[in-house]
Amino acid sequence: MIQSRNKNVEIEEGAVIAHDLSKAAKTGDWRYMKPVVDKEKCIGCTTCMPFCPEASIIMKAYKDGQRDKCDIDYDFCKGCGVCAQVCPVKAITMKKN
Amino acid sequence: MNKELTKNFASGHSACAGCAFPTIVRTILAESPDPVVVSNATGCLEVTSTLYPYTAWKNSYIHSAFENASATISGVERAYKALAKKGKMKKKIKFVVFGGDGGTYDIGLQSLSGALERGHDFLYVVYDNGGYMNTGNQRSSATPYGAATETTPDGKESFGKVEMRKNLMEIVNAHHIKYAAQANVAYLADLKKKAKKAFETEGPVFLSVFSPCTNNWKFPTSQYVAIAKLATETNFWPLYEIEDGKYKINWSTENPKPIEEFLKTQGRFKHLFSEKNKGVIPEMQRILNDEWNRLAEKNNLHSV
Repeated sequence: MIQSRNKNVEIEEGAVIAHDLSKAAKTGDWRYMKPVVDKEKCIGCTTCMPFCPEASIIMKAYKDGQRDKCDIDYDFCKGCGVCAQVCPVKAITMKKN
Repeated sequence: MNKELTKNFASGHSACAGCAFPTIVRTILAESPDPVVVSNATGCLEVTSTLYPYTAWKNSYIHSAFENASATISGVERAYKALAKKGKMKKKIKFVVFGGDGGTYDIGLQSLSGALERGHDFLYVVYDNGGYMNTGNQRSSATPYGAATETTPDGKESFGKVEMRKNLMEIVNAHHIKYAAQANVAYLADLKKKAKKAFETEGPVFLSVFSPCTNNWKFPTSQYVAIAKLATETNFWPLYEIEDGKYKINWSTENPKPIEEFLKTQGRFKHLFSEKNKGVIPEMQRILNDEWNRLAEKNNLHSV
């Protein structure tokens, strides 16, 4: 409740909804094909990363002295296959979930 | 989940697999140096990002109605200015509107025009998927000539939409705003640059971004980047900006691909390849060339 200028009237505060990831639907359930990364082939160019609609691609350390390689978080990945399509070295393949 | 990319717009939204607008939203908002207040017209983006009790938005977000996203942000921006003038608000804030083509080309056009004319300090982003995709693919004034939609179906007597697309960039430019640009989700470096410029410019700015729709354009979910790229390579969606009324084409080629390359990737244009509709594609190419030549003339670039 917020106090309005008129002291006798109380105004209901609008429904404020804060971002809370625990309330999100785990959209990974939608998936019927899943992207699988061949880390030996991946060159760590990060082309796929920004195109992922779910932001499910993370660059992770792989081997010492090598660039970070593409890694997929399957919690929200809907399996659209955009990452596999844009990969310049075809390091990502779509496999049955 | 990628922490860097989800600073403003998180995962857990229910946009179709292979949808383009999450990328657009993230790329644009990442360029803002200050916190943003987002106003959103009704549409796919609004419906899929705010499934009660969850919200994918980490910044302030307002949805009021289809037609008044710009009017809403106008009020918020003026209230902020008033508070800042009184010294009650010290923080710098940016104001952004996201609307689909239905909420921008058709329903929200008057409120957009009003906000542009009044000179509010905000960025308007239209993600253009050429139709009312949220309600099942009805035609909008951004639907291209020849496309089959629910309200302009192909059949014995019809080859899809018979009217040309509205040229919204010209309408926006007629408001004498400082910066307006057309971008494409497949060209992220270009989109980033334009978003940065937009946030740096004071006063109203406008971005029109190409956003393929996997569900209603009828193409596989993995193809949005490839199709968006073809749209620019065929000159269907030229990348250009208008700065203080001066045109600048950001990407061009001496040998644009024929429009068929773009059309054959999508189910909504499938009927154009039949014997009955053989005149439609050349007509589309003619419209496209006309539009390009008009643009190139303004830019003093080569014509095709």
